[in-house]
Amino acid sequence: MPEPILQMQGLDAHYGDFQALYGVDMHVEQGEVLSIIGANGAGKTTLMRSITGLLTNGPGQVRYRDHDISQLRADEIAVHGLAMVPEGRQLFPSLSVRENLMIGAQVGRSGPWDLQAVYKLFPILEERKDQASTSLSGGQQQMVAIGRALMANPDLILFDEISLGLAPIIIRDIYKALPGIIGTGMSAIIVEQDISKALSVSARVYCLQEGRVSLEGASDTVSRDDISRAYFGIE
Amino acid sequence: MDWVNALVQGMLLGGLYALFAAGLSLIFGVMRLVNIAHGDLIILAAYLGLTVTTATGLHPLAALVIVVPTMALIGYALQRGLLNQTLGDDLLPPLLVTFGLSVILQNGLLEIYTADPQKINAGALETASIAVGGLQLGVLPVLTFAVAVAVIWGLQWTFYHTSLGRAFRAVSDNQDIAQLMGLNRRHIFGLAMALALGVTAIGGILLGIRTSFDPSIGGGRLIFGFEAVIIGGLGNLWGTLAGGVILGVAQTIGAKIDPGWQVLSGHLAFLLILAIRPNGLFPRISA
Repeated sequence: MPEPILQMQGLDAHYGDFQALYGVDMHVEQGEVLSIIGANGAGKTTLMRSITGLLTNGPGQVRYRDHDISQLRADEIAVHGLAMVPEGRQLFPSLSVRENLMIGAQVGRSGPWDLQAVYKLFPILEERKDQASTSLSGGQQQMVAIGRALMANPDLILFDEISLGLAPIIIRDIYKALPGIIGTGMSAIIVEQDISKALSVSARVYCLQEGRVSLEGASDTVSRDDISRAYFGIE
Repeated sequence: MDWVNALVQGMLLGGLYALFAAGLSLIFGVMRLVNIAHGDLIILAAYLGLTVTTATGLHPLAALVIVVPTMALIGYALQRGLLNQTLGDDLLPPLLVTFGLSVILQNGLLEIYTADPQKINAGALETASIAVGGLQLGVLPVLTFAVAVAVIWGLQWTFYHTSLGRAFRAVSDNQDIAQLMGLNRRHIFGLAMALALGVTAIGGILLGIRTSFDPSIGGGRLIFGFEAVIIGGLGNLWGTLAGGVILGVAQTIGAKIDPGWQVLSGHLAFLLILAIRPNGLFPRISA
């Protein structure tokens, strides 16, 4: 069995007195595409913040390859090859499209992704490269956010709610592009509320419910009934 | 001709105010930090200039080579060691801490240099003048203005054409996401403060050559700097230069009417512009 690229063991997360995650155990295999589903408030975004270092956790709770990253800062984790496409895209408004992409390369990791590769993937971005990122449509902004994460040449990429607030046709296009993006040995975690989209691109799925893992299974064998039970907590 | 002279002198004075203001504008733009100690840091730079010139015999402009990096280092250390700890959602802690810093700086300078007014000796540069179309312009004010333009241009260029400037803007936009991109905001803030105090060092030394100074005058320089920033519009460096010029012109025109009105008329011009354009004349326009 290959060594997991990312492993969470007994992960707890707190916002002040409020506990958002309770003893979450999860792992991502090398090259695997994992999806995490769950209702609003189930703890998906908290989990992303814990993995990327925007929240600090107890020692040993998050391991990336051979490193305990639970107490590192986000910028230190990024250097290890972990990148995120954040929920709501969160582009830098005072940076142009090209500058937003170049910020992604700031971690200085080498690999196949550079400006040319991103422009090849999303040609519209090259046309718009000198525009303010806020002048783009939602779908184009999502392309910038994805490109920005790719520019870091990550080994593991996190997609947080990439379909949120986008037109169905755009979502379809982006999901069509996904396998090509992560097909090159990169591991990925896809966080989604749209369950069928998440299952269609991933090999394995976890469901979160009120801060706990309520289901784990292979994306193609897990049953709809199991999912609704795990998702809503209804017997 | 007297009035034209006052106008031109005021414009040149505005260059000095723009140098005071540029550092304030920069750190507010990058980290939303209002630095109450900025004026005292200007005076600290003037005293450092004085010490370097008297100890080494260097010309004050040559002393910049030592004072600018020293102030930049102080800025980086100050930010990493103290000010970063105060930054957060609450605006009050940085205000209180920099206010305290201002008191400490003033009293520290008083202990070391006493309250006697001092001046940096720049030799012939202080009195040299050139005739331009019937006006006698001091070489020092002209030089100051030219330096201000060069500094603002340099900062603008740094902001929009270098990876450091990109990092400044990214961290200013969204600290969390910038952190995800591998930018350590604490380091970036340190660099911003270093750059700001480097600019402050230039302003401080030019101030020290132009007029006499003592440890208590920092507060006044802070107000002039603030006024220049607000008149020009927050986050716009060329606006800050324009703000400095407007303030300088208002002051010299006021002084022309009655010498006692110099500072007051600057404040009045500031209030007037604030009443008409609360966001300043040129609020944030990105290049």
